[in-house]
Amino acid sequence: MMTFITMTMWTAFRVLSRNRLRAGLTLLGIIIGVGAVIAMVSIGGGAREAVRSQVASMGTNVIMIWPGATTVGGVRGAQGGAVTLTVSDAQELKKKVPLLTDTGYARRDVMQFINGNRNWNGPINGISPSYLTIRDWSFTSGGPLTQADLDSAARVALLGQTVVENLFDAGEEPVGATIRIKNVPFRVVGVLAPKGQSLQGSDQDDVIFIPFTTSERKVLGTLFLGSVGAVFGSTERPEDLPQAVEAIREVLRGRHRLQPDQGDDFTIRTQVDIGQIQETTSETLSIMMFAIASISLLVGGIGIMNILLVSVTERTREIGVRMAVGAKRRHILMQFLIEAMTLGLMGGLIGIVVGILGARVTTAVAGWPTIITPGSIMVAFLFSLAVGLFFGLYPANKAAGLNPIEALRHE
Amino acid sequence: MNLIVCHDLWKIYQLGDVDVEALRGVSVSIDRGEFVAIMGASGSGKSTLMNILGCLDTPTKGRYSLEGREVASAGQDELAEIRNRRIGFVFQNFNLIPRTSALENVQLPLLYRGLPVRDQRARAGEALARVGLTGREQHYPAQLSGGQQQRVAIARALVSSPSILLADEPTGNLDTDSSREIMEILVGLNRTDDLTVIVVTHDSTIAGYASREVLVKDGQIVNDQRRAPAPV
Repeated sequence: MMTFITMTMWTAFRVLSRNRLRAGLTLLGIIIGVGAVIAMVSIGGGAREAVRSQVASMGTNVIMIWPGATTVGGVRGAQGGAVTLTVSDAQELKKKVPLLTDTGYARRDVMQFINGNRNWNGPINGISPSYLTIRDWSFTSGGPLTQADLDSAARVALLGQTVVENLFDAGEEPVGATIRIKNVPFRVVGVLAPKGQSLQGSDQDDVIFIPFTTSERKVLGTLFLGSVGAVFGSTERPEDLPQAVEAIREVLRGRHRLQPDQGDDFTIRTQVDIGQIQETTSETLSIMMFAIASISLLVGGIGIMNILLVSVTERTREIGVRMAVGAKRRHILMQFLIEAMTLGLMGGLIGIVVGILGARVTTAVAGWPTIITPGSIMVAFLFSLAVGLFFGLYPANKAAGLNPIEALRHE
Repeated sequence: MNLIVCHDLWKIYQLGDVDVEALRGVSVSIDRGEFVAIMGASGSGKSTLMNILGCLDTPTKGRYSLEGREVASAGQDELAEIRNRRIGFVFQNFNLIPRTSALENVQLPLLYRGLPVRDQRARAGEALARVGLTGREQHYPAQLSGGQQQRVAIARALVSSPSILLADEPTGNLDTDSSREIMEILVGLNRTDDLTVIVVTHDSTIAGYASREVLVKDGQIVNDQRRAPAPV
């Protein structure tokens, strides 16, 4: 049997190579289908991977709480407009919600910073020291803000990579330097490790951190002492997040004296929520990929079926001869199925190469990350084989069902 | 010993509402080593008889035993097996597979027998040598003359060491010289290998090589005579 299969495959290759143009045109459908699948899967995979790393860059098991929108006479302001969250909320949450390993808080504004003759505009964040640990922020040089800095409202600052690049010469050491923010001198005590883009597409490294108290009293000013822009918390395990969110809601509603019929005056989001929004997007993308791939493979399969039907008609006499010298029906059936699968496989292999090249070109031209997994190549390979097999069945059956006498007489 | 025993063979085709009786009670026995010419005009039923003798077709009724084995009611796969091992075909238009080397054409019956490629090649090479085509193994049919193509076809029929060689108008597409060449090969195989040869023809010159002549007319055997064949 193996001898028969290998020899028949060899014959199939020869038959196909005799009609190169015809075979090539037949394969086009499969090539485009498989190529599209590989290219799209790798682009989709790259996008998903980018999202994953962005979600991870927010920290581990992070919960974010923002103040709610103000409502004045039915007119709602922007989210975060109200001053409903305070430093004591954050401190109270740490005490009352045991699931939270730590809480931190921050407020931000955009300002100009100056170093010598250079200046830069960027967001400045007043934070509690715990904020940096919750968000998993590490340092390339220098050290973190301390509780003592917070207590004394020290004039110290941490710089993100983008800020360093814009305020300092290459190779110049920022730690120990003095920069001015709103004419207040700050000593740089640390440079943060880069985090890249956030999910919203903003540059997370374009940032300066200073102690919360310093920002309140010396730089940003405030309407109400102790009001914060956001409270952050983290849990030990990701499974604890939903429970922690409920506990936080309860504590905050109690502290803010909200009646049962009143809505929350704050918004809680977890890393998981944000990740899910992105997942939904990539799912939509996956469905589209699947649709495109299905249609192309269907068209390619019909092409294979068509060319095989032509081949069966052209080679009716040959089929008759084969039957006369002792080919059984299954031999003829297998011969044409093998030809169909060879077509499918060749289309699949060329398609895989085209798809990989397409992904490479996408990365080079559009700068999108692409990931080609052995799994997707395997799936494309098996799919093209299956398409060949499925669409080869009808022509092969037709060939095997021929009557040897009539086939021999066929002109 | 009787190689072929046919008893009261009928073949009835249905063409629309009309039943066409292609064979009407044919009984014939052929011994091992005979050289038989089946003669008849076109439409006489000689092709139908040949198809049944060659196990390409089964009779509507009647008995046909080949080497003591009843084949009139055999299934498709069984018939294919018999064709593969016991019968060699030679056709009027050679029926070689185009753009496939002479050697591979001759290998074909052995391919379906599942023989290893090495054995297939060796036996096909021997068969080609017996018809005097050594050195032409890699030629395509289109590169060979009509006579040579028919010799390839004979080699293909021989390669499976059959007990019967069935030739349907083997010289119908050949000139006189090539015809004689082919017939001499068939006679040689019949004499030296004791191979049973059945030739279907309407050409009496060709029938002259045979030692027995069977005349078919209107689906029946009307004359069956043995005689001394023409000297080769």
